[in-house]
Amino acid sequence: MNIFNQFYYQYRRFAKAIRLFLLTAGPGIIVMVADNDAGGITTYTATGAKYGMHLLWFLVLLGPVAYYVQEMTVRLGAVTKRGHAEAIFSAFGRFWGWFSLLDLVLTDWLTMITEFIGMTAAMSIFHIPPVLTVVICWLIMGAMIMSGRYWTWEKIALLFCVLNLIYIPAAFMVHPSVKDIAFNSFVPHFPPGGFTNELFFLLMANIGTTIAPWMLFFQQSSVVDKGLHEKDIKFGKIDTAIGSLLTVIVATVLIIVCGKLLYGVPVDDAAVAAKQIMPQNSIIGTLIAIGLFDAGLLGAICISLASSWAFGEVFGWAHSLNQKVREAPWFYAYYFFDLLLAGTVVLIPGAPLVLITLFVQVIATTLLPAALVFLILLLNDKKTMGEYVNTTWQNIVNISIVAVIIALSTMYGVSTLFPDMFK
Amino acid sequence: MIKTFFTHSYAKIREINQKYEKPRIEMSRWVRASLILLRVYLFSLIGLSVYKFITLLK
Repeated sequence: MNIFNQFYYQYRRFAKAIRLFLLTAGPGIIVMVADNDAGGITTYTATGAKYGMHLLWFLVLLGPVAYYVQEMTVRLGAVTKRGHAEAIFSAFGRFWGWFSLLDLVLTDWLTMITEFIGMTAAMSIFHIPPVLTVVICWLIMGAMIMSGRYWTWEKIALLFCVLNLIYIPAAFMVHPSVKDIAFNSFVPHFPPGGFTNELFFLLMANIGTTIAPWMLFFQQSSVVDKGLHEKDIKFGKIDTAIGSLLTVIVATVLIIVCGKLLYGVPVDDAAVAAKQIMPQNSIIGTLIAIGLFDAGLLGAICISLASSWAFGEVFGWAHSLNQKVREAPWFYAYYFFDLLLAGTVVLIPGAPLVLITLFVQVIATTLLPAALVFLILLLNDKKTMGEYVNTTWQNIVNISIVAVIIALSTMYGVSTLFPDMFK
Repeated sequence: MIKTFFTHSYAKIREINQKYEKPRIEMSRWVRASLILLRVYLFSLIGLSVYKFITLLK
């Protein structure tokens, strides 16, 4: 009887924890899956096609890196109840505040364009004209936020996250060697040809797509809008961990698929990859195209919201998804302005879209150290964070991450001036 | 209407600048050094990235 009681008690405790987790989960999974946006999908297909599975270990390594970085925004949001933009303005003053906000606006806008490029390219495979795709996307994104409830928005976004996992069956269909996957995932090595400028550019693009400044702003604002408190931090961490696992899984399966089907084929666009795969396997080609559209849509929704939240926080506008359009007009106006502007650029004939796609990842990587330095300094501010301040271990990990990213960004900067350096 | 928008925005930006004039974080040596290094890093890398972008566009 005693054992039965104990078992029942443990079961009830576990069930309650699961219920609480399901209530608090969302921001971490959404931000991490949205991280595999259209630009990300393009980067992974290009990586797989160029280097096969040789860089899987790098993606596996980026999973924990993304977790450690994003987890800090959960604590910061739950403790301060402030979005990231407001936290930077308040802590570091107007110079760094404006720098961060303008940096966010620029990278978000460029990234939004890449999302629309991805969505229109994906739908063109199904013979849907870009104008129609852009209008459909505007309507979906508008409809999602018009409910005036964060909860509704979040659940719809989670549905799009599930659709992002569409690549997983594709990986099974190409019958990869488990031994190759295991070796390439856990044994760090450079692909044949060694360390070249092209490899370096792709590594930077992979970093840029896995950890981006908008993600910090989005998750922190999302945590605040959702109303998470200090007691919810542990669930927020689990949410983020699951999200980072999903992001690595999606990246890995895409690299496996493209590594198997397009190895050695020059690919600079996920939609082109889908078209090239179509003759070999139309189901996989279709899955990649649908996944690309979904990735672009999810990315555009989150990125536009990240900017709107940031502006709302700094300018003092009402800025919650729990408010109706008439209650937070500027917040929604900026959201739609961002969507309309990015969508329109894609429809301009002759716009340098491929160049924008590649550069947005690299620019995001270059500006990322600033966002990470602010985050670490904020998380070490005992006055603000109290008992949730970074531990020594967290500081060791996070400072190491920032140091590596700064080193890579600097190397990239130097290699742009001296392109033959890594040949 | 446009004039009102810009006047209002300018006033708002001034208000924000006044509100966040002084950093609230404790300016320890560690924080100060990080911010100085960040400034140096950003100015040099943004310059390089812009240079690359412009040369590729040409």
